[in-house]
Amino acid sequence: MSHEELLNGLRRTIRQVLKAPYYKKKLAEVGVYYPEDIKTLEDFRKLPLTEKEDLRQNYPFGLLAEPMKKIVRVHASSGTTGKPTVVGYTREDIQLWAQIVANGLRRVGVTSSDVIQVAYGYGLFTGGMGLHYGCEELGALAIPVSGGNTQRQLMIMRDFGSTVLCCTPSYALYLAESLEETGITKEELKLRVGVFGAEPWTNKMRAEIEARLGIRAIDIYGLSEIMGPGVAMECLKCNGLHIDKHFYPEVLDKDGKSLPEGEPGELVFTSLDKMGFPVLRYRTKDLTSISYGSCECGHIGWTMQRVFARVDDMLIIRGVNVFPSQIEESILSVGGIEPHYLIIVDRDGNLDTLEVLVEVSAASFTDEIRELERLQDKLQEKIEDILGLSVRVRLVEPKSIPRSEGKAKRVEDRRKEKML
Amino acid sequence: MLQLSIFLENAKGRLAHALNLLAELGVNIRALSLADTKDYGVLRIIIENPEEIAEKLREQNCVVKLTPVWVLRVPDRPGGLAGVLNKLVREGVIVEYMYAYVEKENEQAQVVLRVRDAEIMQAAMDKFKLH
Repeated sequence: MSHEELLNGLRRTIRQVLKAPYYKKKLAEVGVYYPEDIKTLEDFRKLPLTEKEDLRQNYPFGLLAEPMKKIVRVHASSGTTGKPTVVGYTREDIQLWAQIVANGLRRVGVTSSDVIQVAYGYGLFTGGMGLHYGCEELGALAIPVSGGNTQRQLMIMRDFGSTVLCCTPSYALYLAESLEETGITKEELKLRVGVFGAEPWTNKMRAEIEARLGIRAIDIYGLSEIMGPGVAMECLKCNGLHIDKHFYPEVLDKDGKSLPEGEPGELVFTSLDKMGFPVLRYRTKDLTSISYGSCECGHIGWTMQRVFARVDDMLIIRGVNVFPSQIEESILSVGGIEPHYLIIVDRDGNLDTLEVLVEVSAASFTDEIRELERLQDKLQEKIEDILGLSVRVRLVEPKSIPRSEGKAKRVEDRRKEKML
Repeated sequence: MLQLSIFLENAKGRLAHALNLLAELGVNIRALSLADTKDYGVLRIIIENPEEIAEKLREQNCVVKLTPVWVLRVPDRPGGLAGVLNKLVREGVIVEYMYAYVEKENEQAQVVLRVRDAEIMQAAMDKFKLH
């Protein structure tokens, strides 16, 4: 893409975001009223960043740039507190997204002859439907099996002759393990490619999945605020994730200054052709580096390395984004509980487990086991309601959760040592 | 009578820790019961001066609670407890939990009762002249 084409794309997005009053006000504060006010890339880099907090303030539809009648679909991801982050798509957006996913799949050798088992969740989460529309765009057969129900997944995989599997990498490993227990051999399967994302994984994990399932395992990246899965995806070379040309990436240091190619910092995206929910310099909070160049696969443009850490304290548990603040809010909504808790994320086999230790306080303690169990169940229910993930709550003694500098340590992620 | 309850995490050494605290405070435990679940337990004890001890335990970061309970003397023979309980149940008393101990001096059996409704219990006690 030439410099001028890029600038035109950025101006298109500015024209689009100016339709949302919130963006209009934000841009007016830096003296930008028209797309033409952006004359150089330097001008663009002075524009304000957008964050999840901006989305929260405009919940649910405040940042949509097209009238509601043109919006044909919404998706949502977890917000930092109770309310989710909502995004909207026009018919053109859905089409564009499908083309982007289809292009990515094509690049890893998936064709219209493939049978694609989409084992990402279908629903507000972008994973399931994002991949599904991409498969259909490609002309492949999409099996909308959605997440969970491992035995059925394996049965379908064998009986329908699935050749491509889409899910989180940890679920792929779990499926591989369950294969042995089910008595289905990998020779009975036709699987050859896996497209895995929505959570961080390592090359060791890739090697494990490839060996166990006898497939090529490909990393896919995306977030609903930008579009969904497919914003970036590996090719068969697996030397980083190629960023689709409809998104302009930047990597910033912690002061918001642009970093040169190859230097790690926070990944920021601007959409170039999105209509319903255009985003201007959206902070992903993902830490990685990017570089520009061409790849043997034919991709010319930006490539990002795997995300190696987060700027904030977001956790990804079984592919679901979880903020400790959401859990805190749930705990506090149950009366009489003090905000002393510890979130323990672990991995049992290849499945993430979530456990929350909650300190019992004088106010919440009753000496009847039944009442304590009711309290435990209530806490569990509240957290599960907000996260949509199963959780185990354990009541513990006061002051038993380690405190540092008077503030309790909130999260213990034990998966890191265990991650292959 | 007030029973003292202490919340205990189901972890190694927690019960011993609580008992050590009580020992340091010079507390003699007259009766004791331990309710347990997979994750935690509740130690319930009958002692002298429960209010004062509860305050001292709170200072030691223990979660404690004082719960009104009934202590009944029951005949120390087969059917002794059943006889008393049958009477109470007929009066509508609902028992939440119960544990028993033997009084040293007179070799009398005693039961500690936690009931759902104290008024019904009191009425039944008065009716049968129990104490």
